[in-house]
Amino acid sequence: MSIFVNKDTKVVYQGLTGSQGRYYGMLNRDYGTNVVAGTNPRKAGTDVEGVPVFANCTEAVAATGANASCIFIPAPGVFAAVMDAAEAGIEFVACITEGVPAHDEARFFNMLKRDYPGVRLLGPNCPGIITPGECNIGITAGHIAKPGGPVGIVSRSGTLTYQALYELQQKDIGVTTCVGIGGDPVPGTSFIDCLEAFEADPDTKAVMMIGEIGGSAEEEAAAFIKHHMSKPVSSYIAGVTAPPGKKMGHAGAIVSGGKGTAEAKMEALRDAGARVGLNPTEAGELMAEIVAGL
Amino acid sequence: MLPAVDLFEYQGKQFFKGYGMPVSDGEVAFSVDEAVAAAERLGTPVMVKAQVHTGGRGKAGGVKFAASVDDVQTHASNILGLDINGHIVRRLWIEKASDISEEYYASFTLDRSAKKHLGMLSAEGGVEIETVAAENPDAISKVLVDPAEGLTAQAARAWVEGANLNPAATDQAVEILRKLYVAYTEGDADLVEINPLILTPEGRVHVLDAKVTLDANAVFRHEDYAQYDETQPRDEREEAAHAKGLQYVGLAGSVGVIANGAGLAMSTVDVVNQVGGKPANFLDIGGGANAQVMANALEVINNDPDVRAIFINIFGGITRGEEVANGIIGALDAVDIEAPIVLRLDGTNAAEGREILAPHLNEKLVMEPTMLDAARRAVAMAAA
Repeated sequence: MSIFVNKDTKVVYQGLTGSQGRYYGMLNRDYGTNVVAGTNPRKAGTDVEGVPVFANCTEAVAATGANASCIFIPAPGVFAAVMDAAEAGIEFVACITEGVPAHDEARFFNMLKRDYPGVRLLGPNCPGIITPGECNIGITAGHIAKPGGPVGIVSRSGTLTYQALYELQQKDIGVTTCVGIGGDPVPGTSFIDCLEAFEADPDTKAVMMIGEIGGSAEEEAAAFIKHHMSKPVSSYIAGVTAPPGKKMGHAGAIVSGGKGTAEAKMEALRDAGARVGLNPTEAGELMAEIVAGL
Repeated sequence: MLPAVDLFEYQGKQFFKGYGMPVSDGEVAFSVDEAVAAAERLGTPVMVKAQVHTGGRGKAGGVKFAASVDDVQTHASNILGLDINGHIVRRLWIEKASDISEEYYASFTLDRSAKKHLGMLSAEGGVEIETVAAENPDAISKVLVDPAEGLTAQAARAWVEGANLNPAATDQAVEILRKLYVAYTEGDADLVEINPLILTPEGRVHVLDAKVTLDANAVFRHEDYAQYDETQPRDEREEAAHAKGLQYVGLAGSVGVIANGAGLAMSTVDVVNQVGGKPANFLDIGGGANAQVMANALEVINNDPDVRAIFINIFGGITRGEEVANGIIGALDAVDIEAPIVLRLDGTNAAEGREILAPHLNEKLVMEPTMLDAARRAVAMAAA
C-alpha cells in the first residue's frame, strides 16, 4: 500500500516537451511510472519517445485516462497549468516548478479548494512523490529508495528528502511513500495531509518528518501528531543554527507569533511524542530504533 | 526561492502612489547640499528621514523635523553616515511635513496557516505594532481575505468599522485600504505596511510611512522591479555571490560551507555548529553541481579572509557523483584555493565520484564518508 500514488497511477507531464520535462519524464518512465501523455498546445499531435503530446490536459485525459499530472512548466505558466489539470478532472497534481509567485500560489490554492475540492495539489517547488517500486513522479532519484515500507516520509526540503531516503536505505529500511511537500509559502499539500494519509495507510507503520525553520507548519503538524496519530514519528528540523532570515516586517512577526524557530518546532514535536534528531543521520537512527521495536 | 526585495520608504511611497494612494511630496538626497536644495524646492517645514532597511529610525535620531532650511542643513549632516542597527545612512528622503491629529496602522501580508491574506488595521498607530498586539490585541482589527475572491467593498468597510477610527476617517480609509490591497496583490508584494496612516487636522487621511517587501519570484511580470535589486543591503561577500547567482548568506565563522539544496545547506551549517565549529556562510549551489557553479562557489568562499577550512557537502540525487567529482576537479584547476577542503559525497554514483577524486586527494583536499565525520574534520582543520 501507499498514499496518493501507486502502480496504477497514470501521469500526464505538463511541459513534457521542455528539457526538464523530457529528462525527468523519461527517467520516471524508466522507473516504471505510467507516463501516458504530455501537453504542449504548440506541439499537439507529436510525441516524445513514444509518449503522445496533447494540447491540454482535458484532451490528454480523454485519450489516455490520465488521473495524475506532473508540472514542469516555467513559473509564469504554472497558474494556467494547475487550472488546466483541475478542469480536466485530474485528481493529483504535482508541481515541481520553483519560483512561482506567492500570490499565484495563494490564488490557485484557494480556487482549487472552492471549485475543485477533489483535486490534491503537491507543491509547487517540490521534488515530487515516490512510492518506491511502483511510481515516481518528479525529480527524486528512484534508486535511493527501498520499496516496501514500513516507513512513510514527508519532507519540506528537496535534498533533505533524498538524505532521509538514503539514511533509511543504508539501514535497509523500506519506504511506503515519500512525499516532498516543498518549502513555498502556500504548499498545496501540508504535513498534516500526509500524516493523516499515512495514519490511514495499513502498510505504513511509522513516519519520518523533515521540517525547516519558518512558518508554523511543523507546529501544526505536531498538534496533529499529538491528538490524531497512533503511529510513531521521528523528525528532524533543518536550520537550528541558521541566522534569522529576512524579517517580514512587523506584520509577519505578528502572524508567526513566537513560532517559526527550530527550537520551537522541535519542542512542539517532542511534546507530541515524536523523537527528534539533531541532524538527518540521528533522525535516521531514531527511525531505525522505532522500526526495530515495531 | 529568490530572496524578497525590501523597498526603502521613499520607493514604497512611490509604489503606493502608482496605485493612487495619497502620499506626501518629497525628494531623495544623497548629500547635505542635495537635501538643502530639495527643501528649498519643496518649501519648509519638511521632514528629514534616513532611508535604511531597518526599523527604529526615529529612536536612533534618523527622523527629524526641520522648520527651516538651516535646520535641514543641520539634520542632514547629522543623519547622513549615522549607523542605525548596523545600517549606515547613505540616502535621505526630504518630505513636506504634515500636521497630524491621529495615527493609525495598516498592513496586508500572507497568513501562511490560513493560506489567505491577512489585513490588519489599528487606531493605535505610530508605535510598534508588536507592542499593541501583545498588550492590547483587541485594538487590532483583522480581516482574512480569500485570494480567490479578493477584498470586497463590504468586507473592507466592516474591517475599517471594526477598528474604531475617528468616524471622519472611515470613508477615506476604506478607499485607501482597498487600493492598498490592489497594490499588495497586483504589485506582488509579500508585505505592505503603513505606519502611520494619519488623519490630519483638516480631516484628510494620508500615508505617512511605507514599508514594502516585494516577491522577487514575480519580477518576470514587473520589469521595473529590477531597479530595486541594486539597493538591497548586502555585505561584500554577499554582493559577489549575488553577482554569480548563488544563494549565499554571510556568517561570522571560519568554516566555509558549500552544499546542494537549501535544506542540506542549512543542515550543514547546523552540523558544523553541533561539532563545535563556526560556519562562515550558508551557500546553496542548487540541485546541479557542474564545474562552473562549483568554481564560482569556491571563488566566493576563497575571497572570505576568515575562512580556514571549506566543507563541501553534496548529496547526489539526480546529480551523479562523477559529475560532482569532475566539477570539483575543474574548479580546483580554475581557482587557486587557499583553505583546505573537506568533501562529503553521497548518493547517486558516489562510488564512481570518489574513484575519480582519489588520485587528487592530498592534505588540501580530503574526503570523509559521512556528513558528521566531514564536519568534525573541517572544524579541526579550521582550528589548526
